[in-house]
Amino acid sequence: MPAKKLGRSTVKFASPPIIVGTGTVVGPVEGKGPLASDFDVVLPDHAYGERTPEKSETKILEQAAKIAIERAKIEKSMVDYYMAGDLLNQIISAGYSARQLSIPYFGLYGACSTCAMSLALAGMVIDGGFADYVLVACSSHYQTAERQYRYPIELNIQRKTTSQYTVTGAGAAVLASSGTGPKLTHATVGKVVDLGLKDVHDMGGAMAPAAADTLLTHFADTGRGPKDYDLILTGDLASFGSEMLKELVRDNGVELGANYRDCGLMLFDTKSQHVGAGGSGCACSAVVTFGHVLKEMEKGTYKNVLLVATGALMSPLSCQQGESIPCVAHAVVIEA
Amino acid sequence: MASEKAKKQVSNLPHMTQASQEEKRRQLAYKELVQKRKPRPRYLRNVLVAFVVGGAIAILGQVVLEFFKSRGLDLNAASAPTLAVMTLVGVVATGLGIYDELGEFAGAGAAVPITGFANTIVAAAMDFKREGWVLGMGAKMFIIAGPVIVYATLAGVAVAAIKFIASP
Amino acid sequence: MTYLYAFLVGGAICAIGQLILDFTNLTPGHMLVILTVAGAIAGGLDLYEPLLKFAGAGALVPVSGFGASIARGALAEAKRMGILGLFTGVFEYTGMGIAVAVFFGTLVALIANPKS
Repeated sequence: MPAKKLGRSTVKFASPPIIVGTGTVVGPVEGKGPLASDFDVVLPDHAYGERTPEKSETKILEQAAKIAIERAKIEKSMVDYYMAGDLLNQIISAGYSARQLSIPYFGLYGACSTCAMSLALAGMVIDGGFADYVLVACSSHYQTAERQYRYPIELNIQRKTTSQYTVTGAGAAVLASSGTGPKLTHATVGKVVDLGLKDVHDMGGAMAPAAADTLLTHFADTGRGPKDYDLILTGDLASFGSEMLKELVRDNGVELGANYRDCGLMLFDTKSQHVGAGGSGCACSAVVTFGHVLKEMEKGTYKNVLLVATGALMSPLSCQQGESIPCVAHAVVIEA
Repeated sequence: MASEKAKKQVSNLPHMTQASQEEKRRQLAYKELVQKRKPRPRYLRNVLVAFVVGGAIAILGQVVLEFFKSRGLDLNAASAPTLAVMTLVGVVATGLGIYDELGEFAGAGAAVPITGFANTIVAAAMDFKREGWVLGMGAKMFIIAGPVIVYATLAGVAVAAIKFIASP
Repeated sequence: MTYLYAFLVGGAICAIGQLILDFTNLTPGHMLVILTVAGAIAGGLDLYEPLLKFAGAGALVPVSGFGASIARGALAEAKRMGILGLFTGVFEYTGMGIAVAVFFGTLVALIANPKS
């Protein structure tokens, strides 16, 4: 087995990369949520002065990336690779933001799992000795996602009980081979899991089995359990998906307790804000992790955090053709 | 966790290998679990709100209809301008950005009246204009209303033809 | 009195739509097509007429009334001018609504942008 690998699908970094700077931008609705004060920029509206929502998404992704570089106290030219992704066709937000940044670029697609996916890859690249600084970033936007995956924005539609609200925002982080800050110690790369669900209004339920699979694999590979972490965080399973995840891991003898939370539920006050079952989108786990969780780790609230970001890999086309929803989840461990 | 029902459904698939049968069983069991646990919509609330809001829009339509009838039009002749005025109401409400809120609140109460039909056209027009006036707005204006018109025309012509041939 | 009937019938048709949405996995698009086609079938068989007389806008304003109007237009024109009327009459009652939606919809799209 490779020297830095544990078990089936986990890597343990020999010299763990450090998160030396982060940047977060969120939309107006997220800016009214309970975590609002943790974010660097809160948009006044969805358009953000741009002609199209797609341009506005590119703008916030770029802005988050620039803030992260600034916080890392480095120059753009020192960044070896830019790894980014989003939800749109051909990941245009990432591509267009890379055009402005002019840093060697890897475009990633993992749907809403992109945040953890980019952290895992950046960790491998740095620990492998191929880079000193890697910038990871991802974004999502309520209006662009709504247009691509669902309906025109002003259409009269009543949310289903399990419908989720795509987070408008972008999160970025600079990982470095040396420095001070929280460390990335492990990454578990997920398999694609599909239990045959087809309801596009129930992403949480569809993604829960992927999250369970990755979580159980992580525990098996590392020999750890839920009690070994101060916080276990899923990306955007929302209320119903989290319930299903707890149920699924319970069947395998693992009990998720009070240290388990979901980014999609933390970002909003789901009772008073009209966001359905909770938040979703690439930005969901990115802004909560880079904005809120890392700040709490700095304060000492959490010592080690397991982030499991889930993504649904369908497209509107595959759904209309009657295919079920394939899902993936990637996990990373961040230690203070 | 595979339930009895799931086991039964799978056991009559002898052409499948052991492993894929096991996978199928897991899928069915999970689907069942999700069906059972998925939070139900608030059926009674939704139906009542849809009823009241849809009824209220119908009353508004009746006001318009009575107006045209008072101008000496019969029911058939008055129905076209009534539909047109109600469509205009939906168009304006969509432009003001309030019809989608009504839809979130009232569901089918907002979607089923002709005002909702107008909303589907205007919402698509507003949304897709950014991809150009011809290939964006022009092409996609009827993205939701289109199927309604297509199937209403198909069914309408077919049934009217049968009725006409049967009793001209 | 017609106002009460309009409210009851219009509300009831919307309630049926809501039941379809809540008890099935069908999208609003499917639900609208079902109601419209049901209306068109009823209209083509001359069954929608009594409901219109009874409830006025309560039967006219829901999309089922739109479907019925399409079929009624086709049937009325067919009776007037023969089999070709089936096609010329299709948009007799509904054409005005569609034209209004396209014309004023474009006007609105020119000045307004999606908000929420």
